[in-house]
Amino acid sequence: MKTVPERAQHDGEPVPGFNASSDGEGHGAGSGTQRLSNHEAVRMTLHDAMVADERVMVMGEDVGVRGNVFLITTGFLEEFGPKRVLDMPLAEASIVGIAVGMAMQGLRPIAEIQFADFIYPAFSQIVGEAAKTRYRSNGDYSCPLVIRTPYGGGVHGALSHSVSIEALFYHVPGLKIVAPSTPRDIKGLLTAAIEDPDPVLFLEHKKTYRSVKGEVPEGHFTIPIGKADVKKIGTQATVVSYGYNLHQALDAAEQLEAEGMSLEVIDLRSIRPMDKTAILTSVRKTRKLLIIHEDNKFGGIGAEISAMVSEEALFDLDAPIRRLCGPDVPAMGYAKPLEEAFMISTERMRDAMQALVRF
Amino acid sequence: MPQLGETVTEGTVARWLKKPGENVDKYEAFVEVSTDKVNADVPSPVAGTIRELIVAEGETVPTGTPIAIIDEVAVLRQAQPDDRAAHPDAVLRQTQHGNEASPPQAPAAQRDDLAAQRDDVAAQRDDLVTLSVSKGGGTAALTPPPAANGYNNAPSANGLRVSPAVRRLAREHAVDISAVSGTGANGRVTAADIVAAATPPVIPSEAPFGRAVEGPPPTSQHTLIPLSPARRLIARRMVESKQTAPHAWTMVEVDVSDLWAWRTAVKDAFEREHGVKLTLLPFFMFAVTEALRKFPLMNASFHDAGIAVHKHVNLGIATATEGNLVVPVVRNAEERSIRGIAIVAGALIDKARRGKLDVDDLNGGTFTVNNNGASGSILSAPILVPGQAGMVTMESVVKRPVVRNDAIAIRSMMNVCLSLDHRVVDGAVAIGFLGDLKKRLEAMGPSGAL
Repeated sequence: MKTVPERAQHDGEPVPGFNASSDGEGHGAGSGTQRLSNHEAVRMTLHDAMVADERVMVMGEDVGVRGNVFLITTGFLEEFGPKRVLDMPLAEASIVGIAVGMAMQGLRPIAEIQFADFIYPAFSQIVGEAAKTRYRSNGDYSCPLVIRTPYGGGVHGALSHSVSIEALFYHVPGLKIVAPSTPRDIKGLLTAAIEDPDPVLFLEHKKTYRSVKGEVPEGHFTIPIGKADVKKIGTQATVVSYGYNLHQALDAAEQLEAEGMSLEVIDLRSIRPMDKTAILTSVRKTRKLLIIHEDNKFGGIGAEISAMVSEEALFDLDAPIRRLCGPDVPAMGYAKPLEEAFMISTERMRDAMQALVRF
Repeated sequence: MPQLGETVTEGTVARWLKKPGENVDKYEAFVEVSTDKVNADVPSPVAGTIRELIVAEGETVPTGTPIAIIDEVAVLRQAQPDDRAAHPDAVLRQTQHGNEASPPQAPAAQRDDLAAQRDDVAAQRDDLVTLSVSKGGGTAALTPPPAANGYNNAPSANGLRVSPAVRRLAREHAVDISAVSGTGANGRVTAADIVAAATPPVIPSEAPFGRAVEGPPPTSQHTLIPLSPARRLIARRMVESKQTAPHAWTMVEVDVSDLWAWRTAVKDAFEREHGVKLTLLPFFMFAVTEALRKFPLMNASFHDAGIAVHKHVNLGIATATEGNLVVPVVRNAEERSIRGIAIVAGALIDKARRGKLDVDDLNGGTFTVNNNGASGSILSAPILVPGQAGMVTMESVVKRPVVRNDAIAIRSMMNVCLSLDHRVVDGAVAIGFLGDLKKRLEAMGPSGAL
């Protein structure tokens, strides 16, 4: 599989129609931009938020002395002190459970689950407590909590460092789920997540941490949660994806563009709330839909998108909705061929797009 | 049972106009249906022979229920009478008149048979290359049928698989799917193919567009904008109207100061209550409707047989949309208040701007208003909608010095222009109508009732 090239952000590029969803982006963006990788964008956003608001704090395994296993919080302990940078024991239920209490009492904790694979012990705190706080307290309490976690495979992480977890949580009302793919979107959406009055699960695809770079606006900058972004405009079929796959989908679509095929690529960015309008607008134009995600196919995000489009736009469809997803196997293998068999290659994406255009 | 109106859910067969065995032409009325809203003669969707009347006179059934079976004439010509039942294609081509939006449904007696045979056709789709289908021991020759029912059984065309978008587009554009050659996988007809087929070919020489502009054809010195179907239709209707109806034109000045004050006083509350902006248009339409009732000859159509005076005022609103001009119709305006007109017109204009108008929204207009003033015009001479005797325009409201009681006053003035079909009315009637309209508009003020 080819590596993801450094992809210029659409920001400032003279491409008409980018950000056609006109989601009111760019709130408060400063004048300049700087070029960052995805992990640097996370780091910068967390840092700026802690400088701007002393209620904001980070907590998790190895976020203090070690500075996070991906070096995202290096130096935070020295700069912000041990009361705002908490090294936590290997007990995810406690990390999230304590953060829920802090959030309800007015702090703005950002709890880190070191790898998404470790989130299961915290399921009860996330689903049963955080997501239901507002409802349970009849609106007296909210839970302004962000749970950050690296997810996804393709980095030889094998069984317990490769999982995608979005489908496990997207069934839960009261929980927002965000999975941006570019440094700019990371900054805008992580800032929005920190400022959001309700719990947000913030997913960072670990394979994009250092492979994806782009321009990021300086200064305070947010992107509304719940808005997708048309990353490439096209006419013959719509591709909806997010995370690492999004970059591969853009590569495949660009290759096909050279062969005269016109694909529209939508970056979902927010898993829930889902931007139905952006998806439906595009599908009504192209009449064909391909959904790509690394998470397992059965009951995945693509199933919900597919059902939604069938309900709302059946009579605009000129082809069956297609899904290209991870296989329904318990985990990603460590052996290279097994990992490659799990991860969707750009070539497979291109073949699927081509077949759909030609259908 | 056809759906005669959006909210109608059932209909009663009032009278059969045809008996089994009788021939019926396409569009010929074959049954009279009554609903709580209308009584209507229902035209046959196909030419053929009535095979069976399923619903008895006086019986009420839900819309979409099959009420009769008509054997389509093209099929009868093609199939041998005695092997018709064994001929899957012929069975498929029997048309039930019902809700055409649903897949064909057969009466109970035939349904199983029909379904079985349709399955048979589907199952053997791939074998159609052999041009023969075995059924009940006999073999019937399957001639590739002429296009008629939208199914394409041609050997290579992957016939019965039609995507929802293709089905919808074909119906909307009245395109026969079987006549379209597909460019999709295995020759599938794609949505884009239907759209391409629906775009009319190069202008036929006899098309009444008027005389083409003299001079050389477009060259690199021109940018050629191809004619969209809508643009083509507008061109045809404008030429038709201008060439058949002798247009005459007249205008009055109207003092709308009091009307303006009234509208200003109530518009915010109105919008809060109804979610629709209250413009001058509904006031104007109300006054036009009243004036038309006093001068019914203005609400009429010219026919060779005579002048048809319409019983209802169905008021069209000329509405510019992107690259197009549509005239949605407020039906039975004479039964509506200003408030009622505002709500209905607001919804129609909104639908027009979003491109969501139904055919029903556009048909049946008897007179048209045109709010040119909204775009700044102070004078216009509109071309009539074909079949209507008049069109009035509302021009810009401008403050002007006018003489009142031998003194100069500043009043809000609006020109109202009228184009008329001189075959239907003469100047006296037209000016009487316009004067009446002026009087009504000037009488409108804050003490009025919406």
